[in-house]
Amino acid sequence: MGTELLVFYAFAALAVAASLAVVLGKNPMHSVLLLIVSFAALAGLYIGLDAPFAAVVQIIIYAGAIMVLFLFVVMLLNAHREDEPAALEAAGGLTRGPIRTGAALAVVLAAELGWALMKARGANDGMLSAGAGADAQALQSVRSLGTVLFTNYSLAFEVTSILILVAMIGAVVLAKREL
Amino acid sequence: MIPLYLAQFGMIFAVFGLLLLSAAVMVYSERKVAAFIQQRYGPYLVGPKGMLQPIADVVKLIFKEPLRPLSADRVLFFLAPLISATAAFAAFAVVPFGAETTLFGLLAEPISLQVADVNVAVLVIFAITSVSVYGIVLAGWSSNSKYSLFGALRSASQMISYELSYGMSLVSVLLLAGSLSVTDIVNAQAGMWFGVIPKWFVFLQPVGFVIFIIAGVAETNRAPFDLPEAEQELVAGYHTEYSSTAFMMFFLAEYINMVTACAVATDVFLGGWHGPFLPLGFGWIWFLVKIGALLFFYLWMRWTLPRLRYDQLMMFGWKVLLPVSALNLIVTAAGVIYFGY
Repeated sequence: MGTELLVFYAFAALAVAASLAVVLGKNPMHSVLLLIVSFAALAGLYIGLDAPFAAVVQIIIYAGAIMVLFLFVVMLLNAHREDEPAALEAAGGLTRGPIRTGAALAVVLAAELGWALMKARGANDGMLSAGAGADAQALQSVRSLGTVLFTNYSLAFEVTSILILVAMIGAVVLAKREL
Repeated sequence: MIPLYLAQFGMIFAVFGLLLLSAAVMVYSERKVAAFIQQRYGPYLVGPKGMLQPIADVVKLIFKEPLRPLSADRVLFFLAPLISATAAFAAFAVVPFGAETTLFGLLAEPISLQVADVNVAVLVIFAITSVSVYGIVLAGWSSNSKYSLFGALRSASQMISYELSYGMSLVSVLLLAGSLSVTDIVNAQAGMWFGVIPKWFVFLQPVGFVIFIIAGVAETNRAPFDLPEAEQELVAGYHTEYSSTAFMMFFLAEYINMVTACAVATDVFLGGWHGPFLPLGFGWIWFLVKIGALLFFYLWMRWTLPRLRYDQLMMFGWKVLLPVSALNLIVTAAGVIYFGY
């Protein structure tokens, strides 16, 4: 077993364990922190894939910026513990609607994951032999990443920016009503 | 001959020790500078001219009783100072402080004076800064005290707000240097214009430099932006409930963050170890001189300027600093394209 494989298993195990703890944990504050650990483990996987830029950006955006907002919300709502069964009961309990929606979403997620795995398995052999070298080079060099982003994927890039701008304006409008 | 891996291992210990030393020196000089500005003597009893005062302080802090509020979250209360201190040390790992050296011929091949030469070093510094917010936020929340919580909230929102301008002022330098590696950025500043003016980026990016320094002061929670620790309102902010070694960790982290911010400013804007008169092998002397001047400026500012009000701080960050840095970035980008720098 090479070092790369060892690194992969270490970070993958950490990511899975942390994610499980996020879902199963009772204390929302601890869940948020474990989610950060999970993101950090993902960044470790990116480093293992020779993509330091993706790894660092993962830390800055997810672990840094987004999770701070999560933490703020949890902190300010002062949600000490996830509601016990009794509290859930008092709120009307889980009705059929939410259960059905949740189940449907779970099925969709499972189908998506299965599809992605099938596709990856099919493409795996070709990618590893031919394209891997060039791809890794592209991921490593920030310059080539930027070039690709502004040529091949410029439409997706612009659409994403507009989406974020719309979300920002929406947030301002919603907050302004309260002021 | 010393093998390379041993030298790199030694570098880790050397940087760790130097950072600890720099924190001690900063505590001493802060008290001395404050005393000088306020026409007092400052510490003068322990050791010659009071120079051993930081050691006495550390011993005192270690022997204090570690206290924890009854209703505190035990795990997070313990983790918070560790996160702060670890992040502070980790950020310096990618900051080079001298040209490549063979340590006077002791090594077969030259090593660079830094722990890790990462090709996205500038972003790594950002990543670690953004993670270090957690130390403060968790300290404030887990203490379960109103002063701590308010201090932590202020600190976190301040750091998030000023990080944007901090980043944008750096990006304009990245455009000029064309690299994300700090070593490359420093080497792009070698040489002179017309044989007199050193090719430092501070002369190409004066606006960027000013923004970087202001945002750096806000990032490190120093006066006049030390709202999180405003004594009159919040006792001591996020570390109100901490004592003994845990408090020492926060204290240490604050000073090391300051040293790191100044080291980055030196590398990125002031030409790092490049300077006249000295050969490249002694460039670290230039580095020390520049970082010392910047650190003195930090202290000078703290004891000269009054603290801002919180709304002034936010107003300044979002409505002045951010637009100016965005404008600076656009102008720089246009300049880079036009002049093909």
